[in-house]
Amino acid sequence: MLPEPFVRWFAERGWSPRAHQLDLLAAAQQGNSVLLIAPTGAGKTLAGFLPALTDLAIRPKKRPGAAHRGVHTLYISPLKALAVDIERNLGKPVDEMSLPISMETRTGDTPQHKRTRQKLSPPDILLTTPEQLALLIASPDAERFFSDLRYIVLDELHSLVTSKRGHLLSLGLARLRAFVPDLQAIGLSATVAEPDELRRWLVRQGSSPSPLWGGSPEGRGGGDGLASTPTPTLRVDPPHKGEGTNNMAELITVSGGAKPEISILDSEEHVPWSGHSARYAIPDVYEAIRKHRTTLLFVNTRSQAELLFQELWRVNDDNLPIALHHGSLDVGQRRKVEKAMADNVLSAVVATSTLDLGIDWGDVDLVIHVGAPKGASRLAQRIGRANHRMDEPSRAILVPANRFEVLECRAALEANYLGAQDTPPLIEGALDVLAQHVLGCACGAAFDADELYDEVRGAAPYTGLDRESFDRVVDFVATGGYALRSYERYARIRKTKDGKWRVSHPRIAQQYRLNVGTIIEAPMLNVRYTRAKGKSGAGSAQSLALRGGPVLGKIEEYFVETLSIGDMFIFAGKVLRFEGIRENECYVSTGGGGNVLVPSYAGGKFPLSTYLAEQVRGMLADPARWTALPDQVSDWLRMQQMKSILPRREDLLVETFPRGERFYMVAYPFEGRLAHQTLGMLLTRRLERMGARPLGFVATDYSLAVWALGDLGRMFKAKKPSLAELFDEDMLGDDLEAWLADSWLLKRTFRNCAVIAGLIERRFPGQEKNGRQVTVSADLIYDVLRSHEPDHILLKATRADAASGLLDVRRLAEMLSRIRGRIVHKMLDQISPLAVPVMLEIGREPVNGEANDTLLMEAADLIEEAMGSA
Amino acid sequence: MNIAARELTRAGCEAIAVAGMRAACDQRGVLHFPELDLLVVSDLHLEKGSSHARRGRLIPPYDTAATLSRLAEVVEDYQPRIIVSLGDSFHDGEGAARLPEPFRVSLMAMMAGRNWFWIAGNHDPDAPADLPGETVEELAVGGLVFRHEPSKGHAEGEIAGHLHPCARIVQRGRSVRRRCFASDGARLIMPAFGAFTGSLNVLDRAYKGMFRDGAPTAYMIGTSRVYPIAGSLLRPG
Repeated sequence: MLPEPFVRWFAERGWSPRAHQLDLLAAAQQGNSVLLIAPTGAGKTLAGFLPALTDLAIRPKKRPGAAHRGVHTLYISPLKALAVDIERNLGKPVDEMSLPISMETRTGDTPQHKRTRQKLSPPDILLTTPEQLALLIASPDAERFFSDLRYIVLDELHSLVTSKRGHLLSLGLARLRAFVPDLQAIGLSATVAEPDELRRWLVRQGSSPSPLWGGSPEGRGGGDGLASTPTPTLRVDPPHKGEGTNNMAELITVSGGAKPEISILDSEEHVPWSGHSARYAIPDVYEAIRKHRTTLLFVNTRSQAELLFQELWRVNDDNLPIALHHGSLDVGQRRKVEKAMADNVLSAVVATSTLDLGIDWGDVDLVIHVGAPKGASRLAQRIGRANHRMDEPSRAILVPANRFEVLECRAALEANYLGAQDTPPLIEGALDVLAQHVLGCACGAAFDADELYDEVRGAAPYTGLDRESFDRVVDFVATGGYALRSYERYARIRKTKDGKWRVSHPRIAQQYRLNVGTIIEAPMLNVRYTRAKGKSGAGSAQSLALRGGPVLGKIEEYFVETLSIGDMFIFAGKVLRFEGIRENECYVSTGGGGNVLVPSYAGGKFPLSTYLAEQVRGMLADPARWTALPDQVSDWLRMQQMKSILPRREDLLVETFPRGERFYMVAYPFEGRLAHQTLGMLLTRRLERMGARPLGFVATDYSLAVWALGDLGRMFKAKKPSLAELFDEDMLGDDLEAWLADSWLLKRTFRNCAVIAGLIERRFPGQEKNGRQVTVSADLIYDVLRSHEPDHILLKATRADAASGLLDVRRLAEMLSRIRGRIVHKMLDQISPLAVPVMLEIGREPVNGEANDTLLMEAADLIEEAMGSA
Repeated sequence: MNIAARELTRAGCEAIAVAGMRAACDQRGVLHFPELDLLVVSDLHLEKGSSHARRGRLIPPYDTAATLSRLAEVVEDYQPRIIVSLGDSFHDGEGAARLPEPFRVSLMAMMAGRNWFWIAGNHDPDAPADLPGETVEELAVGGLVFRHEPSKGHAEGEIAGHLHPCARIVQRGRSVRRRCFASDGARLIMPAFGAFTGSLNVLDRAYKGMFRDGAPTAYMIGTSRVYPIAGSLLRPG
């Protein structure tokens, strides 16, 4: 099974191939697709490539004069850096065995001449990203290019499949299978709750339409006793094949590895009620850094990274080399940190998820996670960073930033010990992504609609796609899909005499290539140093002669928009003074002192996972488990028990109390900030209608506070309305529709869908379109489309997207159904201990909303005040 | 502003004066001169949707319908003797020729019995095909001059369009951006009326030197009225 050079290579090093590596090879040699689930450090990469390497090693030499051979194996990774990393790591055994195998990367950074050359003379193994695959497929010679393809290796599959990127990749995979019917897919993944979803994803699905992921979220995180023994165990599940809907790849599971040593920071300091800075823990964290060789500090957001970095340097009396790494920093800066890390010259790196995936960085012996890890899988992944060897335990410290996070960390810790993992539920394939793919197919070879429909349904996320939706997507790609059929003459794709759809003009293919991909970033501005100082106060940079220095990185436009010249903010680990905006650059100088702002970034805030939320509720409900908590936290819960109550695991506690001139309602669903925000919007609408005169609400990951002029407690008591009515599931009907109709959330979602579907472009040939223009026109298009054709396919895609994304409607719906008949109302005279954290967020957390006229009114009134009513 | 003058204006309008001539900035994006019985609308950009569709960007074909129905509403309301469409009435030179028949009919109905002036714009330098009305480079009425592109420097009494002004303020840490009428009392630049028209901040370099005191007052268009915001409160971007 293992060719001679490999046997020798292993032997020379005193190694032997691991069982899962041989099992995977055997499965592949039998012609099966395989999913390998293994913890970090288990030799996953080598296992994934072994079928390709052995096959290539014994392949007969190319005869002189014979045509170039095509790509033999495709490797797809979510990160460019990962592809580069693999080329390095895999190159070593290939060289050492002197195998006649060529290997190259192809990413957005690959120069044009190299790409052209790769097309003419492809390497045996091509390492690339989902976007590059889409581009390759959309070229006219795609079928020829891939004709020799045998394997596709999909790395970090668990992280790829949950997004629109995964949808695009699944469609690409389906296309490849159409070119090469016996193509074998090898998926590499970290431990997931439901491996069968990934097993289906890897192989062609049967053709009877069925609802996609019929399974309920229950049973998620079941954890089949993984990690219960310290020695790795192996399990092989045979593949399912046939014409049914349940085709699955063979599954190889490696479990175990050393049990990580995780502790929760036990600080003498007071743990704050709310907030995310964890400032109280800085001395302890610093101490831990001093005692270890290399520490990786993970935080959940870029703002937290900036803050933590500042605070650490404030106490860094030993001048330890501590660095900062996050996605907004300039690439050069990031590469420097990564290199220093690999060379083991850093004591610590403060990082966000940019370092999240399986890249190997130096000799880390401690991982500190500041803030709650939000999802158990994420925690496992991050801890895997320390000690990249399977048989040694990883060391990690969790640093909760507030009291609820103490509970969450505790729950996460227990979950990790149990080996429970949760991944976001897979969602049905998005229609905007399908539109992009359909255009891509027409840019490549022409397509027959019937054939493409069957092919698309072979991709797991699109198994349930009905023919009508598919046809509407094709219609959208052709002429915009409008009921007013006025664009027939401008069609982008046309059906030709042979019944196949083709691009109507080469320009369309060019536009497609510039817009491929599903990642839409918030409009960003370069942050550039300047010497010149602007005048303080509101004003424009246009009057300034701003001379540019080096670029520090990129920052969200909407943060910069709220700054005035002279404002101080933290970025790239420095305190900067805002000097003005010019074009797409934000000019700054060295600042210091004063009131320093920290940019808040879009995204990067992960909601609490369903599984962890359940654990936290369970812990609250069970005083016996409080002994594991620090005293100040268990005291807090006991106080709550005395002054109010603690809800049972499946109950929803709603407290009401007066405070100041207002009446408050605090609910504790523990369903994450997004779902709570949606709930808050819907509840305030309802309360408004019921005459409670609500004034606002604020949501955290754990709870939701609503305040009103009306006495909410008394209203609920008198059942006008009852809490059951207020929290009735029917709020997800008309109320949701009405609110959604002009929500900024939907507009933002629409913009993304419109770009992905190719309705508007993210850039023109030769010039990057700036974010402002895209935003404006997408909003206007949305308004016009909504009033003239509310059932348009793109609006349908937008609503589906918002429901699963920013609004988290699915989770809210599950919660509302769970708490039916289980709402516990507690009327209080004053705020309860459990309510303090969310109440402290009031005024701190801006209430998200429409940019409303009130603000304009205030500004206009200012003038009237100043000028008198002359 | 005295109370009587305010009462004369419609709901949602802000009474102003340009070069001494009384006018109302209507929240719907048009400017009305009561003494001249004249209504100004700028940058309709009709058939912008189909103009983009020709180049492969299939944005919805409903912009002309949306723009015309809003226009019909204000025309019906004011019943003006004179209407000035301040240029870029069509998004491109062939826009009028592409205008679907039902829209041509409704536009003709609006024009019937009025003096309708098409000011030539950079997008539509020639007279629109098959439509009545008089096409002119510029129009002088009662001390005012109407032209598409604002002239450089100070231009007393000029009413222009072209730049699609919008303004931005930051209040309580939040940013609000709206289309606006931009005026320093001597001249005025109209907001764009078309459904798909973007906008350009009045503090942009393109407006340089046009207003006394640097920044104009921005008459920002809210959802139910127009808010006059002093230049000193405006933010770029």
